[in-house]
Amino acid sequence: MTAVFLGIPTAPPGVGNLRGDRSFPDAARDALRDGQLRANLGHATTTIRGKRAGVVAEVPDWAELREAGRAIKAATMARLDDHLEELERQVTARGGTVHWARDATEANEIVTRLVRATGADEVVKVKSMATQEIGLNEALEAAGIEALETDLAELIVQLGEDKPSHILVPAIHKNRAEIREIFARAIPGVDPDLTDEPRRLAMAAREHLRQRFLRARVAISGANFAVAETGTLAVVESEGNGRMCLTLPQTLITVMGIEKLVPTWRDLEVFLQLLPRSSTGERMNPYTSLWAGVTPGDGPQEFHLVLLDNGRTAVLADEDGREALHCIRCSACLNVCPVYERTGGHAYGSVYPGPIGAVLSPQLTGVEDNASLPYASSLCGACYDVCPVAIDIPSILVHLRAEHVEAQERPTAEALAFRGLARVMAHPRLWRLAQRAAGLGRFLARGRPTLPATLPPPASAWTRTRDLPTPPRETFTQAWAREHGR
Amino acid sequence: MSARDEVLGRIRTALGDRGPLPEVTRGYRTTDDRPLPELLDVLTDRIEDYRATVLRCTPDAIGETVAAALADVSGDVVVAPGVPQAWRPAGAVEDDGRPAVGLTAFAATLTGVTAAIAETGTLVLDASPVCGRRALSLLPDVLVCVVTADQVVGGVPEALARLDPLRPLTMISGPSATSDIELQRVEGVHGPRTLLVVLASDQLEPP
Ligand code: SF4
Repeated sequence: MTAVFLGIPTAPPGVGNLRGDRSFPDAARDALRDGQLRANLGHATTTIRGKRAGVVAEVPDWAELREAGRAIKAATMARLDDHLEELERQVTARGGTVHWARDATEANEIVTRLVRATGADEVVKVKSMATQEIGLNEALEAAGIEALETDLAELIVQLGEDKPSHILVPAIHKNRAEIREIFARAIPGVDPDLTDEPRRLAMAAREHLRQRFLRARVAISGANFAVAETGTLAVVESEGNGRMCLTLPQTLITVMGIEKLVPTWRDLEVFLQLLPRSSTGERMNPYTSLWAGVTPGDGPQEFHLVLLDNGRTAVLADEDGREALHCIRCSACLNVCPVYERTGGHAYGSVYPGPIGAVLSPQLTGVEDNASLPYASSLCGACYDVCPVAIDIPSILVHLRAEHVEAQERPTAEALAFRGLARVMAHPRLWRLAQRAAGLGRFLARGRPTLPATLPPPASAWTRTRDLPTPPRETFTQAWAREHGR
Repeated sequence: MSARDEVLGRIRTALGDRGPLPEVTRGYRTTDDRPLPELLDVLTDRIEDYRATVLRCTPDAIGETVAAALADVSGDVVVAPGVPQAWRPAGAVEDDGRPAVGLTAFAATLTGVTAAIAETGTLVLDASPVCGRRALSLLPDVLVCVVTADQVVGGVPEALARLDPLRPLTMISGPSATSDIELQRVEGVHGPRTLLVVLASDQLEPP
């Protein structure tokens, strides 16, 4: 069953950051030419892969945790409406206000209205994929409200007027020297002797943001988890910028995708083990903040929770694809992906890059709006192996490819070629003729091991991204006949 | 139709005829049978791995150990209101509930905890009087936490079972840190840059 058939809308175009301007292969080609980018990504992903493997290996019951994580998410989705209603009741009972947003536009309007009501013209933000997805910063800016990203990597991206390229470390594509350049240029009054030592860079960010935290009246966050039965929200972080935002301002606005909740408090015992080890490769992240509504005398006295759909219900409608909603955004699948490691995150065009992005973005927008993403994978399966909630990404990719092919009104050149091939292979005489014709390829190759990439269209659509080996001097049947005299 | 009703309606349409609830099997460890002295050693090892300092002492020596931990800190110390007198260093100021911004005047904070998780080197503060409000353990640059042996559990499940999900909770694993530059961990960003843990138990040495 698909969402289109059921009349469930996908994420609307024209707002937010789920669609790129170019197809994946086009964007990837530019990225592949950037040697610095590839070096930065190779270095960073190698480091994190090693750390993750080490801390996962020391957990004797990792497989059982992973299975429980998968099952809890499946059970949550199966009764998502009930759990959301329970969450709303609990948050409301503890002094919070719950808002519902059908899509990005509505969520942006709600948040803008809430900020305006406080009279503030600046907000501090904790890194949040949901607000990236809906383009909240752009919407606030249009309303004359400055949104300051406080996570170090988000700050680097914001100051560099860049785009995030990783769900955990949005500035993974920048190395220390490039970050130093951005800070030297964009932070007013920064120490001119600032070096590219990571510790010095972190201190520069600390100084830059300190006063802003202390004077902020409104903070905007995402949520890693929300517990339906208690109304407890959780933000998992490292730097303490999250705690600053969740604790100091008077008003807190949390924007959360409707799939982020877990039914019971106990369920967190699974995810608080799975997430840190999978994402930063630590036994536990430095800070996890948990709160339920408003606590007199401690933290924000006004709390708003915005529940966001924006295509999630459309994903839920697809039984073969809905598992993508189980994602806890750890980014382990990005770090092991051979495609991501070479192209980086920008090539995917969406805030969700890498393997999870390749299955989530096309489902949120409708597959025709991100049609090249399901092909941005070699189907090697490394993403499935590391996923802490066991999302079978390769199978969803194949499912989405099929959906894309079925959506074509006219058969693609590839489909026609395969249809022709099937006919040829079914007829021995045609097959022998074809093999003889393939010998022509040796002429084109001129002694090189692969054919040139510059075949004319439509063949170029295939050879542009694939090496076609030069056909052998003789075919297997010819060799057999020669050696066995038949 | 309200957005709420519409989103809930879409979910019901998407789920169709709901079917049976998928079963959840909790085959993972929920208890830890290791003896307490071993858990204390694991906790110490894990906290030190985050580049925080652990000072072990007997319960009657908490006060002097805290004082020694703070010996190098110049500036005022603020303590959570529920911190026992015996733990407080000379001249420490009790948090008087001033606006949070005012807490930046202090060089260090002293609090207790509500639980500690050995396997992950995690301290949990629950905003009770001995832990203090959340801003207290956040703004001063040095954080000293006293952990008593009875608060130490093996893993995450045992800790969550002890906590009240309705209180503001902060789980602290080492000093603030970032991995945002080339995915290498650097200690000390917005939260306290120094974390000192005083771990009190009758048994100091492993058996
Ligand atoms: S799909 Fe799995 S591995 Fe990838 S980010 Fe989500 S939870 Fe992590």
